[in-house]
Amino acid sequence: MPNTPGADPARLPLRTAAAVRLGNMSSKLSQKMGLGAGGMIGGRVALRLDPQALAHLTSGRQVALVTGTNGKTTSTMMLSRAMSFLGEVATNHGGANMPDGHVTALSKQPDAPYAVLEVDEGYFPEVVRAASPAVAVLLNLSRDQLDRVGEVRTIEKSLRTALTSVTGVVVANCDDIMVTSAARDSAKVVWVATGTGWHNDAASCPRCGDPIRWEGEHWHCTGCDLARPRPDWVTGDGYLVAPNSQKVELSLRLPGKFNQANAVMATAAAAALGVPIEEAVQRLRAVSNVAGRYRTIQRSGHRARLLLSKNPAGWSETLTVVREADHPAVLVINAQEADGRDLSWLWDVPFERLRGRQVIASGERATDLAVRLTYAEVEHTIVPDPLLAIDAMPPGPVEVIANYTAFRDLNARAAQ
Amino acid sequence: MSTNKVQIALVLPDLLGTYGDFGNAVVLEKRMTWRGIPAEIVNIRFGEPVPNSCDIYVVGGGEDTAQTLAVRHLRDHPGMQHAAARGAVILGVCAGIQIFGESFTRADQVTHPGLGLIDSTSHAGGSRAIGEVIATAAGGLFEGLLTGFENHQGRTVLGPSARPLAHVKVGTGNDGSVEGAVQGRILCTYLHGPVLPRNPQIADLLIEWATGTKPAPLDLPAVTRLRTERAKSAGVPL
Ligand SMILES: [Zn+2]
Repeated sequence: MPNTPGADPARLPLRTAAAVRLGNMSSKLSQKMGLGAGGMIGGRVALRLDPQALAHLTSGRQVALVTGTNGKTTSTMMLSRAMSFLGEVATNHGGANMPDGHVTALSKQPDAPYAVLEVDEGYFPEVVRAASPAVAVLLNLSRDQLDRVGEVRTIEKSLRTALTSVTGVVVANCDDIMVTSAARDSAKVVWVATGTGWHNDAASCPRCGDPIRWEGEHWHCTGCDLARPRPDWVTGDGYLVAPNSQKVELSLRLPGKFNQANAVMATAAAAALGVPIEEAVQRLRAVSNVAGRYRTIQRSGHRARLLLSKNPAGWSETLTVVREADHPAVLVINAQEADGRDLSWLWDVPFERLRGRQVIASGERATDLAVRLTYAEVEHTIVPDPLLAIDAMPPGPVEVIANYTAFRDLNARAAQ
Repeated sequence: MSTNKVQIALVLPDLLGTYGDFGNAVVLEKRMTWRGIPAEIVNIRFGEPVPNSCDIYVVGGGEDTAQTLAVRHLRDHPGMQHAAARGAVILGVCAGIQIFGESFTRADQVTHPGLGLIDSTSHAGGSRAIGEVIATAAGGLFEGLLTGFENHQGRTVLGPSARPLAHVKVGTGNDGSVEGAVQGRILCTYLHGPVLPRNPQIADLLIEWATGTKPAPLDLPAVTRLRTERAKSAGVPL
């Protein structure tokens, strides 16, 4: 096992140590007062007292960063499990993925020699500068909330610039054009063929603007030399192929092709830090529920599986997952600030795939969804309250797919 | 027309499909097929020539880079402009209203030539207009309110050959006063939602232009409910 010094709090600069202590206190206080999970409050206090807190808290640790539009939380959990083979891992479970969340997570485990941090795409350059990661994992880049986040091309450029300064290993999805462009100029890149990528935002080359051509799984730009790199790792149906051609069964408890892709990305990242492949895969197999996602709740004779999908690419993947069985589906849509207030994206989701299934449109914007389903020729009813929507289904299994705040609220109510 | 179906060209959905613009094409297609008018969507992707034979062209929204690439592509492959000259129906949304005009000037003060399909110029406004929009028909062009969601920085000034689509009650539209543009059979709007799912009367107007016949009434309860909800949320009873 590599010998890595921990971030001994006694060795933190005085100002950081004091900031962290105060931050932890306010974290606990905020939990006690019922102000939430305390995921960010402590970090926010610590960062205000010491703007360098993140740099100080990561110094001396081996840090892995995980970013991308979809799958960040799952991949972060998988990678932190895989890296636990090496020693204690500090990580920001549950999606508090901005610097205040990182500071909170790191101060809770000051002795952990390893850290795995989920990073919001917008904060990635800042976190790279502070944390000097040993590994940076770049999952995928597609359109997120329309009225909130910058355009994909802007994010690609900022990630590209940030990644050129990374001296560690960049693990990147070569089936995603934007990711490939962002990662290609880095010093050490491990390419993973995930078989997943949202091509609808990437018709034109992020480097030169010319059209991208696809030939099977291969793609290349018609105007410059940007092309799909030869993958080091390959995701198969239920297995991975490692750089040494070793084939390993994944046997995940999490469903879907998208989670297989997350698993291979996490395994490649763990391997870059010295975790044996079998050890890594064995640990991430056990992951069955990520911050409430994929868990099944029992309610009024129903077994409802809760699935989170935030954007067109995410919904498209989830609709593939639920295709494995013909269970009734409750679709829950909100359009609060954190979801994006513009619901135009509903029309980019292939809801046509739900034809013939029993479907209920739910959530604060159930009616917008109902119009989309009407034109997709999917028969449905409207029940705005998602728990009542589950109750309205025939007893047995139900798939519940919700977007961000809808999922958050449903998860909290289901836990009561 | 090479087939007996009404052909709806979805123009560069891979560049100008940012705001669910596929939805506008789907609404046109379904509202025709449900009434027994054969119709089909033709996807025209970036890098492919643009046919001049389609009956309706639907052009969507996109970010600045995509918009520049789209204009270049539509100039190199002027099928849509040729179709416009023979009276084809064209819907331009958001970026569409900007690139259809004579010119558009970005926030960096660089002016780009437009396609010259409508008598208008666009420039970047001081602030981004984001939120629900409610507008009333200009010149009795359609019935009921126009509802949608806007998210743009552009401001558009219409010349004498173009007329506004609607008068703004809530939101910004072209300039805080009027919204969209109509010139011949070209109809432009800043509104997403997408606009046709939210406004079936506009969809049917385009269908009437394309087929020469006013389509039969089509009542979709979910659409009526949505229009009422959205108007209420914007503080205007429908
Ligand atoms: Zn290129």
